[in-house]
Amino acid sequence: MLSYLLFIATVGGVYGLLALSLNLIWGGAGMVNLGLAGFFAVGAYASALLTTAGHAPIAAGWLLALLAGGLAGLIVTLSTTRLREDYLAIVTLGFAEVVRLMAANEIWLTRGADGISGIPGPWKRALGQDFNAVYFLIVVGALMVVFFVVRRIDRAPYGRALRAIREDAQVAQVAGKSVLRFKTEAFALSAAIAGLAGALYGHFTSYIAPDLFLPLITVYIFLAVASGGTGRPAGALLGAYMVMTLLESSRFFVEWIPAVTAVQRAALKELLIALALIVVLRLKPSGVLPERIPPAPRAAPGGTS
Amino acid sequence: MIVLQALVNGLVSGTLLAVPAIGFTAMFAVLRFPNFSVSGVATLGAFAGYLAYGAGLQMAGSLAVAFIVAGAAGLFFDKVAHLPLVKQGALPAAIASIATGLVLENVVRLGFGNEPRGYDRPIARDVYLGDIRVSPQQLETMALALALMLAVFTALAFTRIGKAMRASADNPELAALKGIRPERIAMMASFVGMGLVGVGGMLFGLDSSIDPLTGTRILLSIFAAAVLGGLGSAPGAVLGAFLIGMAEELSVLVVGSQYRAAVGFVAILLVLTLRPRGLLGERAF
Repeated sequence: MLSYLLFIATVGGVYGLLALSLNLIWGGAGMVNLGLAGFFAVGAYASALLTTAGHAPIAAGWLLALLAGGLAGLIVTLSTTRLREDYLAIVTLGFAEVVRLMAANEIWLTRGADGISGIPGPWKRALGQDFNAVYFLIVVGALMVVFFVVRRIDRAPYGRALRAIREDAQVAQVAGKSVLRFKTEAFALSAAIAGLAGALYGHFTSYIAPDLFLPLITVYIFLAVASGGTGRPAGALLGAYMVMTLLESSRFFVEWIPAVTAVQRAALKELLIALALIVVLRLKPSGVLPERIPPAPRAAPGGTS
Repeated sequence: MIVLQALVNGLVSGTLLAVPAIGFTAMFAVLRFPNFSVSGVATLGAFAGYLAYGAGLQMAGSLAVAFIVAGAAGLFFDKVAHLPLVKQGALPAAIASIATGLVLENVVRLGFGNEPRGYDRPIARDVYLGDIRVSPQQLETMALALALMLAVFTALAFTRIGKAMRASADNPELAALKGIRPERIAMMASFVGMGLVGVGGMLFGLDSSIDPLTGTRILLSIFAAAVLGGLGSAPGAVLGAFLIGMAEELSVLVVGSQYRAAVGFVAILLVLTLRPRGLLGERAF
């Protein structure tokens, strides 16, 4: 039971990282990333490949995951940021699909649908039974670091500039903020966090395959951010654990329904998540922890900000 | 010769693709958000048509069933889930539409499971034109798709409601001033747009088989066709569909069939970088 809870808590933490990543751009800058699962996969594969085929230390894998995620984010936004949000939605969705295609077909690199197994976990052999607990702490540590970084951004002038862009990009541009640069940077940082989440996931379960990075994960994270509170890091984090709870309890719930096949059970679960997202968006779009917009600091005499 | 055959195949699949692409782009022109539930609606249309065909309806009748069922679903979800959110912006509506697409996909999965199903069409020998091979069934679906497109364009060009739709897409305020009721135009766009998407799902199913992911598999191609032609432009969507259809078939010769689905993505990136408003611009017609 304890190890089950630890497993759930760790995966929930990974989702929490993804939620923080999405919140940074969706809540922060009003951009959307429908390809979150793709950046998640990029990080997972980058780190897994470097540490299995490349025999590099795990920390190097995590660093590479951050960089690979950020780079992928840059590539995706370069052609689309100056354009409208609806285009970005379409492009990011396509990106995730292409990542999955490549993971499934570039067998020389990714071993295709078989996936990569035997991804090393930190001190796994020495820890034995305690691995899950220690890994949970590692994920919590990563969460804390990312949380404080994004909250710092949220409250800094940088975050205010992002929010200004979210509310009205034209006004922000007139006020001298380089909208394009802010958007690109925020998206790349967000994608890097998603990449790190992917690496943490891979080294925890020690196995990744293309089928683990379905668009459904993106829907989970949107549900997490929307229900927790768009624009507030703590809300995103809370939302991630709410989604995790919903997912796990729905598993028990569908077991109760008599005479359904495994396929139908999976369908019911997806149905539940999708309906939950629609209901949250319609009825309580501000989430459990609504955004708090701190008053702008008074300009110091002679100050410009 | 292989290239020519690929181009012919591309022409066939481009014709089929044009149908849902017109639907998607028309909805975008009027409702102002990218409706991602086209994946689920295309699947729904394919299965509705499958049931109708299995019940003994003719091909054209089955396509009509696919149109009506998909259109009704589109209308329903726009009403309860998407349009109330458009007021907050295109993004919340787009996100909700992903969820509704997922709902439809899983409703179909609940009813039919994941196994692929085929329409039991009579088998016919392929026709050869020189060295180019086409099957009579492909020709039949192509003809049906062309007929449907012709009907749509005639309606857009000559009927009152078609003109009202174009006016509303061009300039909603001006159209409203002229007494065109925007809610009715929106409902029309939801119904006809998703009806076309449903028919598109069935047309693709006729060529191969259908399962709950049928719509998801053509989603990127539909987007690519619409973006390539200029999001919101119906003739652009047709042009885009033919180009994407042919590019996909040609890509099979170069990189193999597994990367067919990536063609749409690459096309979208290229268009957005080089010609962001698409080949024909964003004017509705």
